[in-house]
Amino acid sequence: MTAPALTQRTVADRAPRPAATGGGWRRDLTGWAFAAPFVILFGVFLAIPILVSFALSFTSFNQRDLVNPIGTSFVGLDNYGRLLSDAKFWKSLVNTFYFVGVGVPLTLAIGLLIASALSRGITKFRTAFRVGYYLPVITSIVAIAVVWRFLLNPDIGLINVALGSIGIQGPDWLASKTLAMPSIIAMAVWRNLGFAMVVFIAGLQAIPVSLYEAASIDGAGRWSAFRYVTLPMLRPTILFMLVITTIGYLQLFEEPFVMTDGGPLDATLSVTMYMYQQGFEFFKQGYASAIAYVLFVIVAVIAFLQFRFLRSEDA
Amino acid sequence: MTAIQASGAPTKAPARTRGRSSSGPRPAGTWWIYALLFLGLALMIGPFLWMVLGSLKPQPEFLVSPPTFLPKNPTLDNFGRLFDQLDFPRFFFNSTVVAVAVTVGNILFCPMLGYALAKLQWRGKRLIMGLVLATLMVPAGITLIPNFVLMRNLGLVNTYPGLILPFLVGPFGVFLTRQFMYGIPNELLEAARIDGANEWRIFWQVVLPITVPVLATLGILTFLGSWNSFLYPLVMAQEPKMYTLPVALATFSTGQYQADHGMLMAGSLVLVLPVLIIFILFQRWITEGIATTGLKG
Repeated sequence: MTAPALTQRTVADRAPRPAATGGGWRRDLTGWAFAAPFVILFGVFLAIPILVSFALSFTSFNQRDLVNPIGTSFVGLDNYGRLLSDAKFWKSLVNTFYFVGVGVPLTLAIGLLIASALSRGITKFRTAFRVGYYLPVITSIVAIAVVWRFLLNPDIGLINVALGSIGIQGPDWLASKTLAMPSIIAMAVWRNLGFAMVVFIAGLQAIPVSLYEAASIDGAGRWSAFRYVTLPMLRPTILFMLVITTIGYLQLFEEPFVMTDGGPLDATLSVTMYMYQQGFEFFKQGYASAIAYVLFVIVAVIAFLQFRFLRSEDA
Repeated sequence: MTAIQASGAPTKAPARTRGRSSSGPRPAGTWWIYALLFLGLALMIGPFLWMVLGSLKPQPEFLVSPPTFLPKNPTLDNFGRLFDQLDFPRFFFNSTVVAVAVTVGNILFCPMLGYALAKLQWRGKRLIMGLVLATLMVPAGITLIPNFVLMRNLGLVNTYPGLILPFLVGPFGVFLTRQFMYGIPNELLEAARIDGANEWRIFWQVVLPITVPVLATLGILTFLGSWNSFLYPLVMAQEPKMYTLPVALATFSTGQYQADHGMLMAGSLVLVLPVLIIFILFQRWITEGIATTGLKG
């Protein structure tokens, strides 16, 4: 769900309708014919699985049931009941919110600062900066996680070697209960700030230059212009980025999978990772479905809030 | 959403819309902003450089203290072992097959629905639009288990169709093409209708040719998204011969090759290099597409 798409819809609904192409049912048939590939694939691989996932979360589905899915046994709310008292699940939930709570504001703040600097602070090398900062966004998280794990290696990693050269004994970042998650957050911010930057640059370009000229005539400096022109004008974009980044970060998986395997002592275990472990390492697909559904509801609530915010912006 | 709306307005050629001079006068840059930006740039590029340097180092150079910065005896041995011992050509091939198939599906099916949503009136349109929107909120994890059970029962685990089918059409491409198609004048379509063309012909012969720049953006982003995707192929490709590159790299890096830094850096480079080349060639189309829709591929 994107902001432009939503606004586009309302614009289109107000615009004059294109002329009809024939009688009622023929028109409908044409529309559905064009929609058919999406509808079929969507139905088979998304809509039905979402319902099946819901059903599975009330069963004890496991590896044996794979060959005969109908034969699994219904266990009512057992899975959800067990989740409530599953300390590891709560730990994964807390970890995920820690990641989101620190990672999202950092990503947006740094992305916005760089976007502002590129849009209004400098005139040279802008393409080079934009390309450079964007680079990690399009590269595989797995590759990046492998490289960062090496950078963070306690003995031979670049970071500790650099610290060592100025006489500081660097810690074992990923083996420390307190430092593992901040290390993963740093990597996620590093990887995603370019995405925020590009969206913010687009938003900044829509702010009329006359506002900045007026501010500068009123004697506003760089910081005041940022505070009283950029921030308020950019509010919808910031809100939009806030929500989509949050939804993305809630699904944290690759980074801990490659870098820490959820450790040390579950300090970096995320909800998606716990779901993966239950579903594909312990083969408790029923229980894993319940975990997936809890995450789904959290994401849906946040997406719903996004809808509310966007609607109020339109009005 | 005024800010994004403006950038999301239909444009004929996304690659050219963001002109350098369009925003008028701005305060002159000062040296400290450049300094900070260059420092940041070094932090962004640094890990990639380290990866390239690491991929060229023989194992002993990782073990000396302090480790060498530039490789003293650069070698391609790490790549050799990837290709001889670990079957990376096969993983590379798998990734390519999946990414190309998914890309072709998206640049065909997305504009079809995009056209129907932008230019046709039919009952059910609003419902489908709502479904497309809803699709974007669904976490990948929720469909993973049912899809695995389904693929398992269809015998499609460890097959290309199993890796490809669910991704042949995505909401991102539907948005991108729909937004663009709003900008196509109705008169153009009307003229074709008066000439007796049916909707399918109008779509193929009038709409699609105009849409090519957007399809290029969509194609690039879809390819990158598929090339990098991990969780789904991790579950669906369980036999090593069906591994995609990310699955292979993650599996080896957390398994027996954990400490083989040179080979892991070489593997990361093999995974990242095609993307870097595509990005450098098409960077404008990529960042435009993302700014327009606010979505990653």
